[in-house]
Amino acid sequence: MTATIPPAVAIVQRCEALFDDLDFKAVKAWKAAGTGRKAIGYMPVYVPRELVHAAGMLPVGILGGGDSLEVIQGDAYYQSYICRIPRSTIELGLTGRLDCLDGMLFPSICDVIRNLSGMWQILFKDKYVRYFDVPQNYQDEIGGRYYVHELEILRDDLGKLRGKPIGDAELNASIAVYNDNRAAVRDLYAYRARKPWQAPTSEVYLLLRAGMVLPPEEHTKLVREYLAAVDEFPRPKRDNARVVINGTFCEQPPLALIKSIEMSGCYVVDDDFMLVTRWLLDDVPADGNPLEELSKAFLHRSASTAAKYDATREEKGVFLLKQVKTRGAEGVVFAAPSFCDPALLERPMLQDVLAKHGVPYTAFKYAENTGQMAPIREQAGTFADSIKLWSAA
Amino acid sequence: MTTAAMPASVKKPQNVQKEDAMWLQKELINRNYTELATAHQMGRKVSATFVPGNLNELLMCFDFARSLPETNALQNGMRKKSGKMIMDAERDGQSEDVCTYVKADLGMMMGGEVGPTGEVLPRPDVLLLSYTGCFTFMKWFELIRHKYGCETVMLHVPYQGEGKIAPNMREYVVKQLKENVIPTLERISGVKFDIDRLRQYMRESQKAEEDLVAVLQSAKNRPSPIDGYFGAVYYIGPIFTAFRGTPEASQYYSVLRGEIEERVRQGKGPVTPEGEMGEEKYRLVVEGPPNWTSFRDFWKMFYEEGAVVVSSTYAKVGGLYDFGFRHDADRPLESLAEYCLGCYTNLNLPSRIDMICRYIDEYQADGLLINSIKSCNSFSAGQLLILREVEKRTGKPAAFIETDLVDPRYFSAANVKNRLESYFQMIKQKRTSGVGHDLPRTIPIAAAH
Ligand code: SF4
Ligand code: SF4
Repeated sequence: MTATIPPAVAIVQRCEALFDDLDFKAVKAWKAAGTGRKAIGYMPVYVPRELVHAAGMLPVGILGGGDSLEVIQGDAYYQSYICRIPRSTIELGLTGRLDCLDGMLFPSICDVIRNLSGMWQILFKDKYVRYFDVPQNYQDEIGGRYYVHELEILRDDLGKLRGKPIGDAELNASIAVYNDNRAAVRDLYAYRARKPWQAPTSEVYLLLRAGMVLPPEEHTKLVREYLAAVDEFPRPKRDNARVVINGTFCEQPPLALIKSIEMSGCYVVDDDFMLVTRWLLDDVPADGNPLEELSKAFLHRSASTAAKYDATREEKGVFLLKQVKTRGAEGVVFAAPSFCDPALLERPMLQDVLAKHGVPYTAFKYAENTGQMAPIREQAGTFADSIKLWSAA
Repeated sequence: MTTAAMPASVKKPQNVQKEDAMWLQKELINRNYTELATAHQMGRKVSATFVPGNLNELLMCFDFARSLPETNALQNGMRKKSGKMIMDAERDGQSEDVCTYVKADLGMMMGGEVGPTGEVLPRPDVLLLSYTGCFTFMKWFELIRHKYGCETVMLHVPYQGEGKIAPNMREYVVKQLKENVIPTLERISGVKFDIDRLRQYMRESQKAEEDLVAVLQSAKNRPSPIDGYFGAVYYIGPIFTAFRGTPEASQYYSVLRGEIEERVRQGKGPVTPEGEMGEEKYRLVVEGPPNWTSFRDFWKMFYEEGAVVVSSTYAKVGGLYDFGFRHDADRPLESLAEYCLGCYTNLNLPSRIDMICRYIDEYQADGLLINSIKSCNSFSAGQLLILREVEKRTGKPAAFIETDLVDPRYFSAANVKNRLESYFQMIKQKRTSGVGHDLPRTIPIAAAH
């Protein structure tokens, strides 16, 4: 007699297996399922995955090696005072784990990822490599024009890689696929904010990670199945503090760290994990000029993060404050990778905005291979307690 | 990253030798501090902008007094004032992990904005965020804006990810200049933009650039009449900061060139803070900015051993002129765009490696030394691959040391000296026997304490 696993658990287990698999077997399986299939890797924060998808290729999010990869060769490429994600990514590359990728995109996020694009050009000469720049000017006629051109280059390159140009109709179809994916992820985030005890962040996180290696259609389905499944069975609701996590947009915290924050008495009701899934804030019209529409969405309707310029002082922290307000959060946990310039330079400004609005916060640093959770659990626990005390007062 | 002036507070010690050009340079840089300090009294507006991608000619068109925050930080570093500033900024919430230029600057502002020369510096009226070559620039000015409310104008300069300037990139920068930067500068300064004035400054820039290149390339001689790193940071001072485009800068570079050419004729080596350098034993190319808090001691470790730096990438951070780029008065805005796009740290890693290999070849260097700066991801991320590739391609030995710019906590003199001595040893061995590759090439920063 076999015990049946509840569907939600089965989904989470599947996601966890995908998360644990540093050999990208899911990507290999997807490629093997059709002739001539190609996969393109991308680093955080944002790339227009629609273009890769429209070329019939699988976009694959590469988020470092986590805490289970032993980094041996990668360390020889980086000084001790540089964050961990580039060295573990190099390790993945040099150990052949990324051989299943036919190309890599390095988006504009910081100087480390920027320089990694050049290292990739040198180390993996037979692969397609592109540094994908995005505008820091948000006017359609200036930044927009530049961005559309960058998109055109990528579209041309990917077209050449598959041996056939990418047409507008294909692109619009992919935009629709990702609109659907974004809608599902939006639902997931809204659901978690409503009932964080039903959809714990350690599970939501794994679901998002699955979206890094699965085709978007399959991922969308999985997210919806999860939502339906978790709502079936009530889980115990605790008197936790509701928090937003900020600073985790690139190098990832270990899963154990996310669990520790939850176990310490925090419900995470919003975060900046894998922003690529939520970068564009609403639907991109799928019946217009696709590159123009992607550009407009990027310029005017996209998430905010440290890698993006705020054109005025007044805009600083507005996105985070909105997350706090709309999700009903009571505080913010700043969790930044050690040596992460974007997160660490942004943090004092965000903290100042929060302080002015009376939003409590706490801050710590981590690395993707942080092993000691006790101090973080303690800090997050004290923070949760103080929030509860404060709100009771 | 940026440029130096001789410390004003330091009296000319008796055993220190300086050329005329050196005193001219010192006067220029110090004069700028006085101009800045009195700018608001004189009814002038003040701009701040970064050394890489600094649009000095353009800022002059609007009569701005011009401040360069990296220069302030390094000057404070040389005068041993930066340590406290950095700690003040850390106490104020800045992370110990981020660039110390930023923290030295913020610390200076917190301490009443007393500049390196002791004069109080004004709060800038505009921050021209020429965003090229370094991510930190963006946050740096956002931080200043956040704290002090200074108006900021962004000029986004795309990265040369493919190792070239595509027309699209140039157009994007020009468009921002025309539609954002110039109108903002006009509004803040109250001065109308005059393109002919810009052209005139650019003609002046070109003269200084010609002479600077001649000076830097004089190091191809044996012995080299200059040190292309420690000496060059003085040479690049005026042109990388508030003086490019001024007749004073042109005059300085022409005097400097004359002096250096005379040294070549006389077969002389570089002048060091302790006088003429002795026999030239090692010729090096250096990648990465210098350390400022122990600048003299650091330099001494080289000249004492007869090591001269014949070329450095750092001497190109505020403008890469030796491969032909010149400010072009006939295409003023396009040329400003190309200037920003062409800054050294805006080049991709393969281009940086090509450039270093070319230097090793053209300057007949014995090898490459990388001074890896803890603060600076822009320079540092990828340097260990640069080291391997350069060794592979040139067959010349390379070595790696780790220091910081203006944080005295990260300069370990004994470790750096040890490392340099064994590197020189390695070069010598390689010359005589062709061996030496197996010696350890790097010291981790952890060991440097
Ligand atoms: S973790 Fe931070 S510093 Fe490191 S690559 Fe990512 S954004 Fe850059
Ligand atoms: S990170 Fe490097 S380039 Fe950027 S401001 Fe600091 S020292 Fe200069």
